[in-house]
Amino acid sequence: MSRVNAIDKKAIPNRLRNPVSRVLRSWEFLLFTVGVLIFLLNTQASPYFLDPWNLSDATFNFTEKAMIAFAMALVIISGEIDLSVASIIALVSTCMGFAVQLGFDTPALVLIALAVGAACGAFNGLLVAGLGLPSIVVTIGTLSLFRGIAYIVLGDQAYSGYPESFAFFGQGYVWWVITFEIVLFAIIAILFYVLLHRTSFGRSTMAIGNNPTAALFSGIRVSRVKFILFVLTGIMSAVAAICLTSRLGSTRPSIAVGWELEIVTMVVLGGVNILGGSGTIPGVVIAAIVMGMVTFGLGLLNVPGIVMSIFIGLLLIGVIALPIVIQRTKQRVAR
Amino acid sequence: MNGIKISRDALLAIVLVCLIGLIYLRFPGFASPQSLVGVFNDTSILIILALGQTAVILTRCIDLSMASNLALVGMCTAMLNSALPAIPVPMLVVLAMILGAMLGGINGLLVWKLDIPPIVVTLGTLTIFRGIIFLISDGQWVNAHEMSPAFKALPRLTLLGIPVLSWMALFSIAFMYVLLTRTPMGRAFYAVGGNPNAAVYTGINVGKTRFNAFVLSGALSGVAGYLWVSRYAVAYVDIAAGFELDVVAACVIGGISIAGGMGSVAGAVLGALFLGVIKNALPVINISPFWQQAISGSAIIIAVVLNARSARRPGRIILKKAEQL
Repeated sequence: MSRVNAIDKKAIPNRLRNPVSRVLRSWEFLLFTVGVLIFLLNTQASPYFLDPWNLSDATFNFTEKAMIAFAMALVIISGEIDLSVASIIALVSTCMGFAVQLGFDTPALVLIALAVGAACGAFNGLLVAGLGLPSIVVTIGTLSLFRGIAYIVLGDQAYSGYPESFAFFGQGYVWWVITFEIVLFAIIAILFYVLLHRTSFGRSTMAIGNNPTAALFSGIRVSRVKFILFVLTGIMSAVAAICLTSRLGSTRPSIAVGWELEIVTMVVLGGVNILGGSGTIPGVVIAAIVMGMVTFGLGLLNVPGIVMSIFIGLLLIGVIALPIVIQRTKQRVAR
Repeated sequence: MNGIKISRDALLAIVLVCLIGLIYLRFPGFASPQSLVGVFNDTSILIILALGQTAVILTRCIDLSMASNLALVGMCTAMLNSALPAIPVPMLVVLAMILGAMLGGINGLLVWKLDIPPIVVTLGTLTIFRGIIFLISDGQWVNAHEMSPAFKALPRLTLLGIPVLSWMALFSIAFMYVLLTRTPMGRAFYAVGGNPNAAVYTGINVGKTRFNAFVLSGALSGVAGYLWVSRYAVAYVDIAAGFELDVVAACVIGGISIAGGMGSVAGAVLGALFLGVIKNALPVINISPFWQQAISGSAIIIAVVLNARSARRPGRIILKKAEQL
C-alpha cells in the first residue's frame, strides 16, 4: 500500500478512514450507543433504577455469564463452539456440594471447583482437538453427560450448608456498593483483553478461525491451541460456578439451565463472528452490560423471564441479520 | 461408501437387538411383542422428530428449535380445541402440520435469504417460540378436561392392534424413505450437504433446498406437537423442553453425519429406538430415571467417536500427517 502511494499519491484517493470515524463506525461504538439509550430508557421507566444498590444488584445479571463469555469468545473466534458450559457449572457446583458434605473448607472447595472445571474442559478439548470431532455435537453430548452426572448424584435433592467464608465470592462487597464479582469480572476482562489482543496466542486463535489449514501450515499448533481454549472455558465455567453457588448458597442439578444460549448470544452480540476469525473483548464487555441492563430494566417493569427470552432471541437474530441486510441494501443502491 | 453405510445400520440394529436381549435376561417380560409395541409407541414422537432433523442435518444445517416448535403448535392446537371443540380432529392435525411448516419456514427463510448460520437462527427461534407460548397462553395450562374426548382419543385409537400414534410414525418413516431415496428433492438434500459448491454447479438451489428441509422438519414438529399434547392430555409452556437434544442425539447415534450428506432413514429410526429402549428399560431394571440424561450424553459421544472412525477419508497423506500434529 505504501509503495503504491509513494509512486502516485494523487491518483489513489485515501480510502483509509481516519481514526475518529473508524471508532464511530465500529460495532462496539454502535453497541455502546444502544447501551446508553437503554440506560436512559431504564431511568425513565422506573424511579428505582438509579439507586446505587439497585445498580449494584443489576450487575449480578451479567457478571457470572460474562466470565464464561470471554472464554467462549475465544473458542468461537477459533471456529469452534462450547455448548456444555452451563452443564459444567452444574457438575462443578455438585462436586463442591459433595466436598462440603465431606467437610472440606473454602480454599479446598475452590481448588476442587477449578480442577473439575479444567477436567471437563480437557475432556471436551480432547474430543474436539485430539480426535478432530465436530465441537457442536461433542459439546451437545457433554452437555447431557455433565448435567446428567449432577442428576445422578443429586436426583431431586439439593446441597446446601456451604461454609460462611465461601459466601464472600457471590455476596461479598469489596468497597461500598462494589461487589467482589464485579471486580473479578473487570480483572478477567483485562486478562482476556491482553490474551486475545496482545499475545501471540491470541493472534494464533484469530488465525485458526480465519483459516485452520493456513494456520497449520504457518506453524501454529492448531490442536494444542484449541485444546487450551476448551480447558480455559472449563476453568472459567468453574469460576462462574463458584460465584453462582456462593450467591445462591445451594446446589440443585438444574442450576444455570439454559445459560449456554445466553452466553453465546452475549458473544455474538459483542460482534464476534459466529463462523470464527474475528471479534474483540471490549465488544463482549459492552454486550454483557447491555444484556444485563435489558434484563434488569425489564425486570423492574415486571416483565416475566420467559418474555425477556423473546427479546434475547430477537436480539440474537436481529444483531446478526442487521449488518447483512445493510450490506445487501448498500450493494443494491450501488448498482 | 454404500457398503459402509449398510453395514453401519446393520451394526446398530445388532446392538439394539443385543440391548433388548440383555434386558430380556433380567426381565423376560420386556421382550414380549406387546411390550415392544409399547416401546415403539412411546418412541414414536422421537422417531417423527428425528426424521425431520435428518433432512435438515443432511443439508449441513441443524434445527434446534424443533422442541419449541412442537410445544408452540401443541399449545395452539390445544387452545383451539378447547375454544372451538366443533373443529374435527383430522383438520386440527392438518392445521398443526401447516402451522409447524410455517414456523420451520421462518427458520428456513432466515437461513436461505440472509445466510445466517442455522445454529444461530434456531437457537434464537428456540427461545422466541417458547416465549410466544407464554404470551398466548398467559402461562396457563390447558388441562385434560378442557380438551374434547375425540382430541385425546385419536392417538390411542388402535388399528390392526397398533395405536394411531405408532401408525403416524410408520407413515412418516415410509414417507421420508420414499422422499430421501426416490425423489429429486431427497437427492438434493444429500447433494447440498455432501458438497454445496458442487451442488450449485449441478443446478441445485442450495438455499432453497435448505429452506425445504426446514419446512419439512417444521411440519413434522407440528404433527408431533398435536400428538404430544393429545397423548399426555396437557399443554403448558415447558412441554418437551430440552427434547431437541434427544432428537439430535438420536440422529448422531443413527450415524447421520453432522457435516451433512451422509445418513439414512433406517439410521435415524434405529437411533431413536436405541434411546427409546434405554428410556423404557431403566425403570424395568431398577435404575433411577435420573441416569437417563447421562446415558444419552455418553451415547452421543460414543456414537460420534465411532462415526468419525468409519468416515475417515483416505487420501492426501501429507495433509493427514500434518493434521495429526
